[in-house]
Amino acid sequence: MRTWLSDSVIAGVVITGLLLAAAHGAAQAPVYRAPRTADGKPSLNGIWQALNTADWDLQGHAAAKGPVGSLGAVFAVPPGLGVVDGGDIPYLPAAAAKKKQNQANWTTLDPEAKCYLPGVPRATYLPYPFQIVQSPQNILMSYEYAGAVRVINMGAPTKAPGDSWMGWSNGRWEGETLVVDVTSQLDSTWFDRSGNFHSDALHVVERYTPRSADTLTYEATIEDPKVFSRPWKISMPLYRRVEKDARLLEFKCVEFAEELMYGALRKKSSN
Amino acid sequence: MGRRSLASLAALAAVVLIAVLVQVPAAGQTASSATAGAKAWTPPRTADGKPDLQGIWSDNTLTPFERPKGLGAKEFYTDQEVADLAKRVREGRPGEDIEGAQLGAANPQAVRYDLELYGFDRTKLRYTSKRTSLIVGPEGVIPPMLPQARERNAARVAKIKGHEFDSHEQRPLSERCILMGQEAIPMTPGANEGNLLQIVQGPGYVALLHEIDHATRVIPTDGRPHVPQNIRLWQGDSVGHWEGDTLVVDTTNFTNLTAFRGSSENLHLVERFTRAADDTMIYRFTVEDPSTWARPWTAEVPWTKTKGPVYEYACHEGNTMISTILRGARVADEEAAKKGK
Repeated sequence: MRTWLSDSVIAGVVITGLLLAAAHGAAQAPVYRAPRTADGKPSLNGIWQALNTADWDLQGHAAAKGPVGSLGAVFAVPPGLGVVDGGDIPYLPAAAAKKKQNQANWTTLDPEAKCYLPGVPRATYLPYPFQIVQSPQNILMSYEYAGAVRVINMGAPTKAPGDSWMGWSNGRWEGETLVVDVTSQLDSTWFDRSGNFHSDALHVVERYTPRSADTLTYEATIEDPKVFSRPWKISMPLYRRVEKDARLLEFKCVEFAEELMYGALRKKSSN
Repeated sequence: MGRRSLASLAALAAVVLIAVLVQVPAAGQTASSATAGAKAWTPPRTADGKPDLQGIWSDNTLTPFERPKGLGAKEFYTDQEVADLAKRVREGRPGEDIEGAQLGAANPQAVRYDLELYGFDRTKLRYTSKRTSLIVGPEGVIPPMLPQARERNAARVAKIKGHEFDSHEQRPLSERCILMGQEAIPMTPGANEGNLLQIVQGPGYVALLHEIDHATRVIPTDGRPHVPQNIRLWQGDSVGHWEGDTLVVDTTNFTNLTAFRGSSENLHLVERFTRAADDTMIYRFTVEDPSTWARPWTAEVPWTKTKGPVYEYACHEGNTMISTILRGARVADEEAAKKGK
């Protein structure tokens, strides 16, 4: 009896230990080492895409009726658990009110509806692929949406010549991670279709970390003292488009936005 | 110092200045010699062994697209002629025509802007080769358009006539920021602004970022075929490969509205990028469209390395022109209606 009991206790301890070890191992998994470029840096080359609903709403949300009733279930809002660490976006009170207003009028106010350049980080998780072309001096990111593009300077950090839609990107390597510091973005872009927004004081630090041959972890820390009470972070995996013939196609969306923007100015009598 | 020696000193200074202004890159001189020049000069390589085309390039040039009338089959200027022409540019004053100089794409009179306002330095205007026109060959001009193409293009114009201001759909593509003249491929030098091209190379791809309307092409160089014929693209579908030190880019699948100098959707474009010197890249393109021209034609543009930066050209985002034009037209409609009553 004693033996049986002590045996079970020992067995229990051993099993618990194994479980703990397994859990510990999962938390501290060995860092994935990405294939190298010719100059010895982790290679992020490829066509990537987010597979989530962050562009609908960075925060967790249930499915909802779409904005265009005549489309039925097509273009309904798909559900998602959200990509904001901790779930909350720490708006200052006035900014929280503006966010609500944006959300209520998003179909006409959202810069995406007008086919405007998306800014960073939204460019990353729009429902379109983007391609990374990596050289030692520069990393070019070409986005299918609106033909947006940015060139990340990998040399000594440089200063933006002025504010722009896609901002000014200086990059560096921290081990396996590409860290990109993005400044000088205009205040005109949004984070999603739910009216999440920022000011011209936006400062984004992005981290691209290879986590397997065909996935990256994308993290972006968002800081904007005019709009948020503290920095906050989003994170999500990015997936490689592994189709044999994967490529970016043209999505010049200006022509799709014109009716929304200029339709009211159409000549009235069409005779 | 006497008057005379002062005058000759001034003359000498002028000669030196012209010499500085008219520095023509050696390899750019004879275009057909792009390959010959490359033999004498070894182009740099990327880490993975491909010719390194990277950097920021400018296609500003005084050389006109088509050969000026009166030059006949003369394909190249002499050194003296280039010097004289450059001198006339230097002496020309903004807002005044330089009559007879037949200046090229970068002719400061091509547009009536205050060039300095745009950060454009007219002393940097130069002939980038001794060619009399960017179009190569004895004709030096675009071949005559086929009758069917003239009819097609005339019909398009006629369809819009009288309805130019009805809606955004009748406005030119460039005004709508859908396809700018010079962003369109092939890339041709324009009047003074935005002629920068940044090239970034990664394994298996060459990315071309043209400053105008941030037009970007990420060109695969793995020999893959074009996308299926039914997929038509404003900028066409570009695939590339390396031929020795030259990047060759083949583009098809244009839309029927992507009219490059009146071309049709059958436009087939072959572009060749060859480094010719540390600061020079020869961009040579051949345009083929049997629905528009009886024969293919070729132009050659020397690109010069420059510092940049490449600015963001957010055309659509800042486009107040379309709404302003249409609003004006609607006001005019209302006024006309009032008068009619």
